[in-house]
Amino acid sequence: MAREITYIAAIMEGIHQEMARDDDVLLIGQSVGGSPEDPFVAAFGPDRVRVTPISETAEIGMAAGAALAGKRPVVDCTMAEFLLVAMDQVVNEANRFHYMSGGRVTAPLVLKAGYGFTAGWAGQHTGSIYGMFMGVPGLKVALPSTPADAKGLMATAIRDDNPVLFLHHYLLTLETGDVPEGEHLVPFGQAAIVRPGDDVTLVATGWTVHRALEAAEELAADGVSVEVIDPRTIAPLDMDTILASVERTGRLVLVDQATKHASVSAIVAAEVAEAGFASLRAPVVQVTALDAPIAYAKPMEDFVLPDVGKIVAGVRRVVDATVSQDRAAAAR
Amino acid sequence: MTTAVSVDTEVLRDLLATMWRIRAFEERVGALKRADEVHGLIHLSIGGEGVAAAVCRQLRDDDAVYSGHRAHGHALAKGAPLHRTMAELMGREGGLCQGMGGSMHLVDVAHGFLGATGVVGGNIPLALGSALAARQKDSDAVTVVFFGDGAVQAGLFTESVNLATLWRLPVLLVCENNGFAEFTPRSAHTTVERVSDVVGPYPLPRQTVDGNEVADVWTAFSGLLARARAGEGPALLECLTHRLRGHYEGDPDRYREAVSTEDWQRKDPILRLQRAGHDAGWLTGSESFEADARAEVEEAVTWARSSPFPSTVPGELR
Repeated sequence: MAREITYIAAIMEGIHQEMARDDDVLLIGQSVGGSPEDPFVAAFGPDRVRVTPISETAEIGMAAGAALAGKRPVVDCTMAEFLLVAMDQVVNEANRFHYMSGGRVTAPLVLKAGYGFTAGWAGQHTGSIYGMFMGVPGLKVALPSTPADAKGLMATAIRDDNPVLFLHHYLLTLETGDVPEGEHLVPFGQAAIVRPGDDVTLVATGWTVHRALEAAEELAADGVSVEVIDPRTIAPLDMDTILASVERTGRLVLVDQATKHASVSAIVAAEVAEAGFASLRAPVVQVTALDAPIAYAKPMEDFVLPDVGKIVAGVRRVVDATVSQDRAAAAR
Repeated sequence: MTTAVSVDTEVLRDLLATMWRIRAFEERVGALKRADEVHGLIHLSIGGEGVAAAVCRQLRDDDAVYSGHRAHGHALAKGAPLHRTMAELMGREGGLCQGMGGSMHLVDVAHGFLGATGVVGGNIPLALGSALAARQKDSDAVTVVFFGDGAVQAGLFTESVNLATLWRLPVLLVCENNGFAEFTPRSAHTTVERVSDVVGPYPLPRQTVDGNEVADVWTAFSGLLARARAGEGPALLECLTHRLRGHYEGDPDRYREAVSTEDWQRKDPILRLQRAGHDAGWLTGSESFEADARAEVEEAVTWARSSPFPSTVPGELR
């Protein structure tokens, strides 16, 4: 049975159900389990729900060590930027053990953090910094865009035997959607075609999936049929679904809230250039944030970020480029 | 040398044998490195065998040990098979990690050697997690983490001491203070001379011992270990040691004065224990610790040479 709940409630439900299912799952963070009435403390006790000091390196490293010793910790790291404080432990320790030990150890660790809080939080708490993690060996990265995916990807992350970075979008926190009540697992490395279409492939993640859907709706009124794909996990990245779509549409627009040079879109563009070039009927267009920090003032915040208007313009560019190319071909 | 008498002679003989195995192993690795049979970055622990032996030989297989970049001695003393450790250094499939980890990333789960990590201090928080996991299993197993004095100036050291004491984790912090952080004397990195003083404000027992006096290390660690096993929380043991070799094999070592042969004869933990043994009469001169160790190391080299190089990435590694 599905019912409508918020994105954040879906994430916490995913964690709660996995903790009920497996005693080895721990919840660790700087502001978890605040009181005995906290639903996690009440259900699982203070030994499994542990508050830590503001010591990201010790906190994440300790959780990684517990994972290497057989526990399955979920660390609520609060904001994605706080991961940067503990970068060695996030990208250079537990995530490499499985490989470096010749497969002899595993580190089932989940790092949960919010990102993209572009609502006046300015330059240090708004980043969409997943791009810097997606190429890190041994680290999987999930970017849910809906409440159902948020629950299902969290459950899959907790059951994964090696480190997963679970990044939830702050602007989606209170968005609601249908979420299955019981066990719900969303596999990693399987993109979702959230809106099928024939003319243009649009790839987007997180909050921008919803902006892409709005843009697709607007374009449909003009007779442009847009297919919207949400990769859901960017490591592993389901390039097969994207390439198959581009093969049909011949046009690709990539939407990303990250800075262009550290974005998923730059990686997808490179992959399509390498494996799907022959399918392309127009140059790829990237609609990303500018390579700049997020500004504080509202108009400047909007200036830096992708939005529906910019996405629509991007789609028109690939459509127009195709039309002019087709005309040139006809003239020859 | 009075403390040597307080430790059982069978224990001292075992420690001597362990130290010779490490010494013979390290010297052979140095030669293999120069012959290019061991490739990559190598850090030898010659001169520091006493700490590895006196700490690890008191541990059980279910006690965990984390080490750093200078890890060979700790792994061997904890029980890692010598031939498979050698094979790992030679990048062979028969190695502890199938040749995928190498000198700085040795792992031997069966003997509780949870691993060596290559970034200074990066192993300390991992040890806290291991200690937490043991306690949650209602086990009295402890975790030991070895690090150098160079790690102490990193923020993660203080973060880890804070969390370990806050949660009273069964973790034993063993600092090998050889006076040099890579290429720099301690005095150029900090105004605090003793590592045990750095943790002063925290409620944990701390002790500084002569790391070249293996019986002293044994005795000091034994007390801290019993305490941690009994659930009384973490402790810090600082062992003053000397690194006879440079920071890494090939290090020109121009940043410090070479120790004189005469001085080293006095400091060498192996020779010191042997002298004590002869003085006290538990060594007769007919023992063959060194010869046995060198023979075992040669067998290990032969075994490792017969193991193939890995040709594919093993298993489902990502």
